Amino acid sequence: MKPTTERDLAEAIASAKGPLRITGGGTRDVGNPVVGDALSTAALSGITLYEPGALTIVAQAGTPVSEIEAALDAENQRLAFEPMDHRTLLGTQGTPTVGGMVAANVSGPRRIAVGACRDHLLGVRFVDGAGTVIKNGGRVMKNVTGYDLVKLLAGSYGTLGVLSEVSLKVLPKPETEATLVLNDLSLENSVAAMSAALGSPFEVTGAGKVKGQTCIRIEGFEASVRYRAEQLTALLSKHSDVDQIEHKASGSLWRGIADVSGFADHAAVTRVSVKPSAAPALGVKIAGQHNVDVMLDWGGGLMWFGMMQDDAAAVAHQAIQDSCAQINAHATLIKAPIETRAAVPVFQPENPTITALSDGIRAKFDPRGILNPGLMG
Amino acid sequence: MEMPQPNPTILSRKAQIVERLQKVLPKDAVIHTDAQVRAYECDALTAYKCPPLCAVLPASTDEVSAVLKACHEMGVPVVPRGSGTSLAGGALPTADCVILGTARLNAVLETNYEDRYIRVGSGRTNLSVTGAVEEMDFFYAPDPSSQLACAIAGNIAMNSGGAHCLKYGVTTNNLMGVKMVLMDGTVTEIGGTHLDAAGLDLLGLICGSEGQLGVVTEATLRILRKPEGARPVLMAFNDNEVAGACVADIIKAGVLPVAIEFMDRLCIETTDNYAKAGYPDCEALLIVEVEGAPEEIDEQLALILDIARKHDPVELREAKSAEEAARIWLGRKSAFGAVGQIADYMCLDGTIPVSSLPMVLRRIGELSEEYGLQVGNVFHAGDGNMHPLILYNANKEGDLELCEAMGAEILKLCVDAGGCLTGEHGVGIEKRDLMTHQFEPQDLEIQMAVKDVFDPMWLLNPAKVFPLESSQTRRIAAE
Repeated sequence: MKPTTERDLAEAIASAKGPLRITGGGTRDVGNPVVGDALSTAALSGITLYEPGALTIVAQAGTPVSEIEAALDAENQRLAFEPMDHRTLLGTQGTPTVGGMVAANVSGPRRIAVGACRDHLLGVRFVDGAGTVIKNGGRVMKNVTGYDLVKLLAGSYGTLGVLSEVSLKVLPKPETEATLVLNDLSLENSVAAMSAALGSPFEVTGAGKVKGQTCIRIEGFEASVRYRAEQLTALLSKHSDVDQIEHKASGSLWRGIADVSGFADHAAVTRVSVKPSAAPALGVKIAGQHNVDVMLDWGGGLMWFGMMQDDAAAVAHQAIQDSCAQINAHATLIKAPIETRAAVPVFQPENPTITALSDGIRAKFDPRGILNPGLMG
Repeated sequence: MEMPQPNPTILSRKAQIVERLQKVLPKDAVIHTDAQVRAYECDALTAYKCPPLCAVLPASTDEVSAVLKACHEMGVPVVPRGSGTSLAGGALPTADCVILGTARLNAVLETNYEDRYIRVGSGRTNLSVTGAVEEMDFFYAPDPSSQLACAIAGNIAMNSGGAHCLKYGVTTNNLMGVKMVLMDGTVTEIGGTHLDAAGLDLLGLICGSEGQLGVVTEATLRILRKPEGARPVLMAFNDNEVAGACVADIIKAGVLPVAIEFMDRLCIETTDNYAKAGYPDCEALLIVEVEGAPEEIDEQLALILDIARKHDPVELREAKSAEEAARIWLGRKSAFGAVGQIADYMCLDGTIPVSSLPMVLRRIGELSEEYGLQVGNVFHAGDGNMHPLILYNANKEGDLELCEAMGAEILKLCVDAGGCLTGEHGVGIEKRDLMTHQFEPQDLEIQMAVKDVFDPMWLLNPAKVFPLESSQTRRIAAE
């Protein structure tokens, strides 16, 4: 099913006889495998409203992210949370949609400075599991009118409702950017350097470690970037020599970090959200026991574990989740064959109170349990 | 403003209820004499008052849990209260409720500069959170005008904003985790020192739920390193609409000031008489502040001033020193107090798309003439969050009702312009009955269904947020 209007979408859900497997562009095959009739929002497409002076854009859920980005680019604006394109990592085909991006709450390296997708999401329209069209939030930047279901819908992977329209806050594009590179730091020293940079007044908008390189990004007006690069270089020189990458090369470096393209050849990939200072110990522990590669983003707060061998992935992922449970971190299996995903919890199991509340909410939004059932565990 | 009739059974059982609460709390933590409970009869929306059955001041999460468990078992409604600075009546009691004050939960539990967070008791005041990390040049970004007094608990309940959220976001964008007690006494942690939720984003749901889903006892907050410097510039115009157009042009130009504040003639004159900030004689003024190193500030301000010059300003005033900067902010920061000196006022909080600013300001002017009540406008222009102050005389019969009616018209205007009823103050009781103008019945139904999950008996702050008519069946079923 590929409804072309919100009304048709509502009708399709109201008349569904069994479970629905909901997709946007089908590029983010994440979560427990879902069995059900396919329902795609890809044909609900188009930008509804774009006001550059108000920093807001409203679009139907199936609108390609690339179409949004092109429209914003023409006004020198952007989606500041830098959404990841999953196609490189997952090897998927298709066109990422803005609805899919929101449903998976996809953010990139700049999340550390400006917030996640959910922080830029101003409003949603969606169809719940009974086929009712519901709106929440709006298209203004400050809005505390009623409960914030906008945040709840972001990252709910279509299990609470099927998005039909989203409105997003956008931000001006900076004039230029630069990246400082520190080579061959240990995990511990890398996180220490990134923390020092992020704790400085120099407005770092990216801090990650890929292969041997610890990368620190700054953006803004040219003179300002130059000034801050100097200050940060002085600050970081006690950790190692500091190289600098300019505008264009910096841009493609961070595109690669956002898309985790370095793990495109890995059979399985686990994504961990953790307190940055706890990342080195977790990385060392897992790498000591399992055959994994480690990448850092968000100053160490986001860890990517890449497993080359598929047959050992389930064990490694389980070990990562077990370790995360002890330090209030969480791990999600982003990439793995379907059999592996069926064998382990894809999402980090939560405490019984949170699980009961989440189940209770799902039962209200989707009383028949037909929206991507079981996808989040 | 209508409130539900208090439950007579609960009123008649006051002695037993107080006794039960005294069993789980220290003696001085249960406040129950008529004279003492009067201190809790209202919040900053002082037009409405009602003393509660009693008030409790628990000093730990365990005590909060014990209080809620007892009230849950006795079927007694609980109204959580931070510092009582709500402008929306979020902490207004009913006669049959227990006020749960968070004031004693005010400790700093952990500061971590490496990972850039602080964990505090929810009763801690907003400004004292920054106070706790200032020596290391860090700060907590959301800065509501009441930040000297308001508690983090209330900030979370209302998802409070402030003058600087154009750059730093509001409470929900700076909240990493909470420890929360559900109405049945269950204690749970949501979020923590990591980013993003493992499953559903319950933290995002809790923030802004106006104390209706649980009582937050601890909060983990993101802290940021202070910028090297900040500098404001003042721009005076002879037309509200021109000032509004200037705001849109600044935003479109690619600079992102940390704040853009707007004041109209009534507020300019009133504050100048009061605070002597020396503001220019004009119809509208903007205060625009940017941050960074001195050279960065120079560059951004040059760009902003270039834009302003195209809008025929009466005056452009750059701060050349810290003292001049303080003078530019002085009037804005004392605006509410100054207006309070000349009249009673009701402060509205609707948000509109910035592009609708000229139209909405014009229409507010027309409404002011129709109703015969003066309106001052002072607000966060960068994000469209308006604060029209409607002046009235509380001692004049019918004036409050007239003021309420006019306020309702302005808020409906905000919704019709593509905005919303409240940008940072919350719905409380004040905007409760206007919710049907912004939402369809099914939009409210699903929100109330969320409350059903967290608080099936509708005991937590039950008469707020939703129109009484919409929530009636649920509240009555719970009795």
